[in-house]
Amino acid sequence: MHYDIRLVIGYDYSRPVEAGRHVLCLTPPGGAAGQSVGACRLTVVPRPDEWLNRQDFFGNDMVEIAFRDAVSHMRFEMDARVERLPAPSPPGAPAALADIAGELSAVRDLGPLSPHHFIAPSARAAPDEAIAAFARDVTGHCASASAAVIALGEALHRTMAYDPEATAVDTPAAGAFALRRGVCQDFSHIMIIALRSLGIPAGYVSGFLRTNPPPGQPRLEGADAMHAWVRAWCGREAGFVEYDPTNATSAGEDHITVAVGRDYADVAPVRGVMRSAGWQVTRQSVDVRPVTDID
Amino acid sequence: MKDVMTDALTDPSPEPLAGLLRHYRPEPGVPDEMLDGRGEVRPIWRDFLSRIARMSAQERAQRMERGDLYVRETGMFHRQYGAEGSVERDWPLSHFPVLVDEAEWEHVARGLKQRADLLEAVLADLYDGNRLVAEGLLPPTLVARNPEWLRPLAGVRPRSGHYLHFVAFDLGRGADGAWRVLADRTQAPSGAGFVLETRIATAHVFSDIYTRAPVHRLAGFFRAFREALQAQRGNDGGRIAILTPGRHNETYFEHAYIARYLGFLLVEGEDLAVRDGRVMVRTISGLQPVSVLWRRIDADWTDPLELNDASRIGVPGLVSTVRRGGVTMVNALGSGAVEMPGFSALLPRICETLRGEPLLLASTLEHETAALSTTPAFVDGRLRPRRLGLRMFLARTEEGWAVMPGGFARIGASGDPAALAMQRGGAAADVWVMSRGTADRQTLLASATVGAQRTTPYLPSRAAENLFWLGRYVERAEFVIRLLRAWHVRLVETGLPESALLRHLAAFLRIYGAPPDGGIPQGLSAAVGSALAAAGQVRERFSVDGWMALNDLDRTLRKAVPRAEPGADAARMTGVLLRKINGFSGLVHENMYQSMGWRFLSMGRALERALAMVDALAWFAEPAAPEGALDVLVEIGDSVMSHRRRFAVATNRDTVIDLLALDPLNPRAVLFQLRQLDAHIDALPGSGPDAPLTALERAVVRLCADVATAGTDELDSAQLADVAARIRALSDLLAAAYLG
Repeated sequence: MHYDIRLVIGYDYSRPVEAGRHVLCLTPPGGAAGQSVGACRLTVVPRPDEWLNRQDFFGNDMVEIAFRDAVSHMRFEMDARVERLPAPSPPGAPAALADIAGELSAVRDLGPLSPHHFIAPSARAAPDEAIAAFARDVTGHCASASAAVIALGEALHRTMAYDPEATAVDTPAAGAFALRRGVCQDFSHIMIIALRSLGIPAGYVSGFLRTNPPPGQPRLEGADAMHAWVRAWCGREAGFVEYDPTNATSAGEDHITVAVGRDYADVAPVRGVMRSAGWQVTRQSVDVRPVTDID
Repeated sequence: MKDVMTDALTDPSPEPLAGLLRHYRPEPGVPDEMLDGRGEVRPIWRDFLSRIARMSAQERAQRMERGDLYVRETGMFHRQYGAEGSVERDWPLSHFPVLVDEAEWEHVARGLKQRADLLEAVLADLYDGNRLVAEGLLPPTLVARNPEWLRPLAGVRPRSGHYLHFVAFDLGRGADGAWRVLADRTQAPSGAGFVLETRIATAHVFSDIYTRAPVHRLAGFFRAFREALQAQRGNDGGRIAILTPGRHNETYFEHAYIARYLGFLLVEGEDLAVRDGRVMVRTISGLQPVSVLWRRIDADWTDPLELNDASRIGVPGLVSTVRRGGVTMVNALGSGAVEMPGFSALLPRICETLRGEPLLLASTLEHETAALSTTPAFVDGRLRPRRLGLRMFLARTEEGWAVMPGGFARIGASGDPAALAMQRGGAAADVWVMSRGTADRQTLLASATVGAQRTTPYLPSRAAENLFWLGRYVERAEFVIRLLRAWHVRLVETGLPESALLRHLAAFLRIYGAPPDGGIPQGLSAAVGSALAAAGQVRERFSVDGWMALNDLDRTLRKAVPRAEPGADAARMTGVLLRKINGFSGLVHENMYQSMGWRFLSMGRALERALAMVDALAWFAEPAAPEGALDVLVEIGDSVMSHRRRFAVATNRDTVIDLLALDPLNPRAVLFQLRQLDAHIDALPGSGPDAPLTALERAVVRLCADVATAGTDELDSAQLADVAARIRALSDLLAAAYLG
């Protein structure tokens, strides 16, 4: 499926302030599995005085910008045409849940795709006993790692209510879990913590969802803003599988990847803004439209 | 020196020595630095000990007091953390140095050089290649779980070509007598400055012995490191700066000390900015480049944009600058990765693989730390064996690693090896590496500068701001003291605290938060406290004497003033305070190098003095002021003699206004101080004969002209209030232009 994607994020401040330096993680990379990027353009208003493109450790496209003078507003616009293939079936069988630790220790690699990066606690996904107990409860019957992923994702979807008012961007995952409420970021962090507690390396995927569903299917939650889901390592043969706990579905043709990381902190769309208090997101919109006829 | 040695050897003075060592009983099975296995004094200690033995108990106590005094007066401190928050504590000096034989030292140094090279090679592998993981020499989880292995730095080669430039190792002597490494310090090791200060303090205790003993000197090591860092700058025109977390860090004293000693800029994160791939320091002349950053901050906190986003002490964009090769970090960001626990056990195999040779110095395993050696410390006048931990320092120079011929000894508070940490009551001692021949006698305090390269020093805006406020607060304190003295002197003369004049004076003092009713006036302690706080942030820009004078003033204020009785006693006390504060001002204004920093300090003083005098004139020269108010004014303006000489008459409003507002030759007059201010402002960056007037210049020139042309009758209370407002506006203009 081909999509035309448009993302707009606007920030405003009541008076000009030293805006400084930001790192943007907003553009889908061509190299992500299962997708190819036809065209992509990022526009920043006002025009930054410095602009650096680079890839981060995990291969995500990052843009570092800096303003010399004080600014009172900032606007980021991203337009891309992306082809997304249906989720491929895993290249091999998943590991048994009991074997996952052994398989992990046999991986002698620290490259960007190595599962080792995704097992340790990370900045926004700290271990939590309540979440770990929940994970044990709902996966007790699972034999394989991927069965545990699905069981956990479905259990979270049953237990948690999608509620954009309940949490904020900096609410800890344990707090959202205690409330049993949250948005895609909370669902994903809770699932990552849960998977890691089971010994399954898990990371965070940021991206977009198709805005309007195909005829006859329900609209997915989280389509109005940037979305997030989870990737979990299910052994050496199966590799990483992606699962969207907010919608209790495997990430597939409707999910367009922007970046992968250990948690939100690695792939925050705009870093640097929060340093000066008073900035407000005054606009955020995402439009992901299927392109029906391609020339 | 030679004759000293023979003298000692031929006259070992056995009886006093035996007396000195009578209570010295090392634990069985624990090696001791001073006594060998048979209980005999080791050769390198003999001369030193026999000299100590010949001293009376009183002399020993006096000598140790001399060292403690030095520590107190220089304001050496470390920060101690406890249940009640953190407090600054005097440096816990253990007066007895640890003597180490040169040959043994060199053996350890060889092992440490190898270890430093090995750690460098491991870092290069961890950040580029990961051969050690691929070949199974390093478990991947050890690296991936290590918070100091910084993914944003993966694949980034340091601009200098090296990850490590300055490292430290903690060592202890095991039960078998061999030195072992307890910990590798590759991130941002502290202690080198404390070594220097501990050396000076110990030299105060044993000055006669130290100067003639064959002890290796430290200056050469620091000079070599300084030159190595200077070479790292290349030709990019930037400076060398030390990045400190700030004055609330437990080792801030040391950062300031090293910066002053080596002549490097001391900066905090907020002083720095990144611009077009370079690190810049915010100075009063705008952004200026920094080429080498010697960081005393753990890497994770250095860049909120790519590392820990909770950091408020870092520099957004620093990692990006490192990636572009815009700055040399000492040590590289991410070099803390080899401090990881569990790693040292793997080093022997890694050394064989990477270097094809065995590891020379073994690491201590956890259970072995119980077997540290002991060394003598004076406890209640007697020598006692105390556990010893040693920190040694290595610096990368053009010729490879240089090992500091000395170090930092931690002495346990008890015989228990766990009591080494200073946070737990341990103390610090000097380490004397005893030469067999002639020791390097380069003096410690001489400047390490080679040649006379003259560069214009940067003045960071934050430092300028602190100097400016230091000038203002010290002047404010002096003014308040003068007012208090005037009040107490008049109380002595009249004995009538309720007289109109004393009430008028007290009301004015109340505006400054300093009512003369006993105790330390809050306004005065606030001014002195603020002056100390400002000075504390620019300690590296201060002479030790200036700092001591300010601390002395603060101590007197806190200890003596609350005990002073109103009247004669308090008048005398304020006189003492006045002399102390003038001591500080004299040191600063007579002796301070007339740099831009001095100008900001002087501007603070001039501005505050002009302002205080305008306020005082408005209060004491107003027509309704009680009789005697004009004389008070002349007295707090320190102009009694001048008035007598210049005017044949007693004080009247005209003579006083003329002398204290309009006289261009009286340093207490408003106009005099405004002209001082004008002259300093003229010399600031951005000012100059060819440049158009800045807003600040325009404001000060106009104010000078208006005051200079005013008649004494024109300067009524309303006019004076206007002048005061315009002086305050100057402070704001100055801050906007230079201190932002």
